[in-house]
Amino acid sequence: MEYADQFRNKELIRKTVERIHALSTRPVTFMEVCGGHTMAIHKSGISSLLPKHIQLISGPGCPVCVTDRTFIDTAVSIACMPDIILTSFGDLMRVPGSNSTLNEEKAKGADIRVVYSPLDALRLALENPLKNIVFLAIGFETTAPGTAISIIEAQQMNRCNFMVLSAHKIMPPAMTAIIQTGLPINGYLAPGHVCTITGADIFRFIPDQYQIPVVVAGFEPLDILQSILLLVRQVEHKEANLEIQYQRVVNYTGNSIAKKVLKKVFNLTESWWRGLGELPQSGLGIKQEYKVHDAKERLPIVVPQATEPKGCICGDILRGLKKSTDCPLFRMVCTPDNPVGACMVSNEGACQASFRYNGLVS
Amino acid sequence: MKKTITLGHGSGGKLSHKLIREVFMKYFENDILLKQTDSAILPAIKNKQLAMTTDAYVVNPIFFPGGDIGKLAVCGTINDLAVSGAVPLYLTASFIIEEGFHINDLIKIVQSMAREAHLAGIKIVAGDTKVVNHGQCDKIYITTTGLGELQTKYSSISTGDNIKSGDAILINGAIASHGMAILSARENLTIDGSIHTDCAALNHLIQSLLSAGIEINFMRDATRGGIATILAEVAHTTGLGIEIEEEAIPIHDPVLGLCEILGFDPLYVANEGKVIMVVPDDQKEKAMQLMQQHPEGEQAALIGQITTDHPGAVILNTVIGGQSVLGLLSGEQLPRIC
Repeated sequence: MEYADQFRNKELIRKTVERIHALSTRPVTFMEVCGGHTMAIHKSGISSLLPKHIQLISGPGCPVCVTDRTFIDTAVSIACMPDIILTSFGDLMRVPGSNSTLNEEKAKGADIRVVYSPLDALRLALENPLKNIVFLAIGFETTAPGTAISIIEAQQMNRCNFMVLSAHKIMPPAMTAIIQTGLPINGYLAPGHVCTITGADIFRFIPDQYQIPVVVAGFEPLDILQSILLLVRQVEHKEANLEIQYQRVVNYTGNSIAKKVLKKVFNLTESWWRGLGELPQSGLGIKQEYKVHDAKERLPIVVPQATEPKGCICGDILRGLKKSTDCPLFRMVCTPDNPVGACMVSNEGACQASFRYNGLVS
Repeated sequence: MKKTITLGHGSGGKLSHKLIREVFMKYFENDILLKQTDSAILPAIKNKQLAMTTDAYVVNPIFFPGGDIGKLAVCGTINDLAVSGAVPLYLTASFIIEEGFHINDLIKIVQSMAREAHLAGIKIVAGDTKVVNHGQCDKIYITTTGLGELQTKYSSISTGDNIKSGDAILINGAIASHGMAILSARENLTIDGSIHTDCAALNHLIQSLLSAGIEINFMRDATRGGIATILAEVAHTTGLGIEIEEEAIPIHDPVLGLCEILGFDPLYVANEGKVIMVVPDDQKEKAMQLMQQHPEGEQAALIGQITTDHPGAVILNTVIGGQSVLGLLSGEQLPRIC
């Protein structure tokens, strides 16, 4: 933790905050794309340190939040099939589908298990040869390589009882969709962990084509404040560049091995994003040569396209058009106990972060 | 003796008697229990109020670094009495055991309970055992009920009626160890088992403060929901505000590290040997000194104070100098995805 402590150093934080105050002269809106950033900002109270005219809004980078209801409905329908062990990251368990959640199905007797890695799901496939193990694969470029490796290993071991329901997504198309809504965003805090895999270059199109600054940010308070300082500096100097604040982890080209396995297992498909709708070439589908591990190919899934819950503005929140507090359901009907939209379910969702950590301070 | 528990051990027949004699009576041995009456007959307590509590323990795994389900079942119930200002005296223990459970594991658990009861100075005076079919429970569940005596002058400690603005908030040591020890044992997350539960009986520590005359205005053990949940409850019920200094809250590095990896907020993670204490501001130093003299309070810390500002809310002054609000947790914390 000593290493992380350096990025929570009060004196360095104070100096960075002072520099932001000294440098920033004009009202700006920055979007933190990643849910990890959203949570860190709320938890450490970063907004309370910034000048009032710097506004931070949350973007589409919480994997649970952008996963649409149809995916949950599909997962629920698979959980009810015979001889299935459904495996999921913990965050998904409480996400409401059209009629049920995975937690409710588990309580009714479905065999649904929380795993920490797709390799845990593969281990279950080895231990339970008479069951079909389905892993619910969500997340961006950060988590997708783990899924790809589990599929490659399953094929090498000839484990046909290991399947993946992929809702993996990639970030750049969502960023393009947000920019094209015309929202006045003056800079992006880009997701550090996505860039660890892909390299920062995947976001170069934002300054190049749209003249908006991008800083790839780490996840400690000082990382985020330094990144905000870099964005402020670009805005004040009327520049639009791609910068990496999170240099201890991220470079411009990324992790070539992880990129290779992604390419080996997945191809780009259209994908449905909550709030953004269907975006072409934004999802990671499982390639034909691995279709024996593709739950969509193997299982008799018939689930109609779900509609969003009435009154929920998660879509607008994910696009940065509105804040949680603009939602009539926020705190009244939609709470972490009784989440209506996905932004309230996930630890990293904008609404839950706002509900938990920002009740009075803002 | 058989190596595993069978349905016969819960039938009330020979096997039951053998189990009671060779396991429970052997380790829980005390004058009241040895009489084997249908109910434990306890000495009368004059001029004192009684405090009573009960709790069921279903932890998985049943053995974990620094403790086991038995230690938890004894310490947890003792602590519920102790934080009410009561002196814990007696416990009853009821066991629901899955058939096929290893008797050696049961003995380990019972020995652990006996050890904790002895250290805390209480007696386990009655008990019950039921055995259920394989699959009807997960290995072993234990319910303990505790009885303690309470001096009338301490009766508002558990209600918090005396909490007032300016009071200091103390904790007896590092937080979140129990929850993360259980999680890392269950999911095999740490290789060297460096995270141990903080499970411990706190009655001696608490009594040392009370008998030294510290006016404790409120106490509660910070179990499920962690310290944040207790603080939020106090702010809500008193209508007063609470200010907490994040930097002052003790936490062990490996615990913080695992919390960070999984995306858990340690303020909401369970403890089993931590008490939040609210004392008058002018008694905080003395209370701290007394706690620090006790093995369960060596890392005691002053973490915040009661205020009339922001009524009903807990404000956390974060390590970096920002502010955020601590509310009640909904459901259980779930590991994050990335």
